[in-house]
Amino acid sequence: MSPTGPTAMQHGLHSCGVCGLLSRPAPGENEGRCPRCDETLEFRKPASLQRTWAFLIAAAVCYIPANVLPVLTTTTAAGAESDTILQGVVLLWSPTGWPLSLIVLVASIMIPSAKILALAYLLITVQRGSIRNNEQRVRLYRVVEFIGRWSMVDVFVDTFTAALIQLQPLMSVEPGPGLLFFAAVVVLTMLAVESFDPRLIWDAVSASEVRHG
Amino acid sequence: MRSQVYNEPIADTSLVGCPHCDLLQRLPELAPGASARCPRCDKELWRRREDSLNGTLALGLAAAVLFVVANSVPMLGLTIVGRAASTTVIGGAKHLWDNGQQIVAVVVLFTAVIAPALQIGFMLAVVLGALRERPSKWVGNLLRHQPTTRTWSMIEIMMLGVLVALVKIADYATVIPGMALFVLWALVFLLAGMQASFDQRELWGRIEWAETGVRRDAAGDRVADGTS
Repeated sequence: MSPTGPTAMQHGLHSCGVCGLLSRPAPGENEGRCPRCDETLEFRKPASLQRTWAFLIAAAVCYIPANVLPVLTTTTAAGAESDTILQGVVLLWSPTGWPLSLIVLVASIMIPSAKILALAYLLITVQRGSIRNNEQRVRLYRVVEFIGRWSMVDVFVDTFTAALIQLQPLMSVEPGPGLLFFAAVVVLTMLAVESFDPRLIWDAVSASEVRHG
Repeated sequence: MRSQVYNEPIADTSLVGCPHCDLLQRLPELAPGASARCPRCDKELWRRREDSLNGTLALGLAAAVLFVVANSVPMLGLTIVGRAASTTVIGGAKHLWDNGQQIVAVVVLFTAVIAPALQIGFMLAVVLGALRERPSKWVGNLLRHQPTTRTWSMIEIMMLGVLVALVKIADYATVIPGMALFVLWALVFLLAGMQASFDQRELWGRIEWAETGVRRDAAGDRVADGTS
């Protein structure tokens, strides 16, 4: 066994994603188990690109009804009115409320769409074997991983608005069908981030180093 | 399909592969509070904590107490023309459930109540188990799943959502902040502190290994049966 490159995989070693231990699989095996923490090990996350694409496409599909269908329906003596996420942002916009309106705009509309685009960019560059901008790409992955959860903020806004405004027959607020799709976008993109293996970004570098000596 | 074959660990546990770029490298001995980063992709690989277990235990116990209080008293209330209403965190999820949004209700309940409860519970069990010099295997089993509970525990995000809801509602009615609101804000900081003071790598280095039939000492070398 002679070392062929700088990565653990090139040395034939599994790096455990749970406990960090390096270990060597049985000869000829791709899979193994971590002797320290019992995690199932492979060199890279199994079917990472396919799984990430699957979650990402599902999220992109849900993104449309999430923005078109109403998330809240307000019923007053004057009748019922339904609001989508974007209408909620507009309603919140006022001389005093604009910072919060901005938070919802960023968390609910900009982050989910930016996240879908960023993951698609990472997947496509990895599939094309790109060796450029690796540091920026792994940083982009970390940013997506860090801020993705914050999109959930709108789900909580709508949950507590609806739970609290129950003053029939004066005024009541009920959750709308868009909420389900919006929560699905957040959860599916989080699962996509978890299935993506950032080490794939660097594997093209290792491959080209081997080719060119 | 789960492989039943255990890998052969490498002898030198200061060697690691970067989780974000797989670069093989040696972690230096760190002073408490210092951290090591991957030279290729800048991922933080290890941050050594001073007195990690005691700090985590104290913050975890405080978080557990606040968590129970936060979920048993009202969080938000309002009054409008002589009528009053109030809700708890769980009440918010229950309202969704009762109004045909069962799936969203489960997501809210999981991210705002169940995942934080598991996050605190796992952490306390792990830390208590880790007080022994050679922590048992079950400590590792819980420690394995603790990072997942952290990802899905979204109390800080819920609090931002509550803040927005509060401002929205203030247009129609007088909002009465409940006790749970203040307790939850404190909990956000306790949970962040609890995670930050915990040194995972140090604990994995001491834990009893999963592989049965072979006993290894902390450095991963085989030792004779029955002598550990």
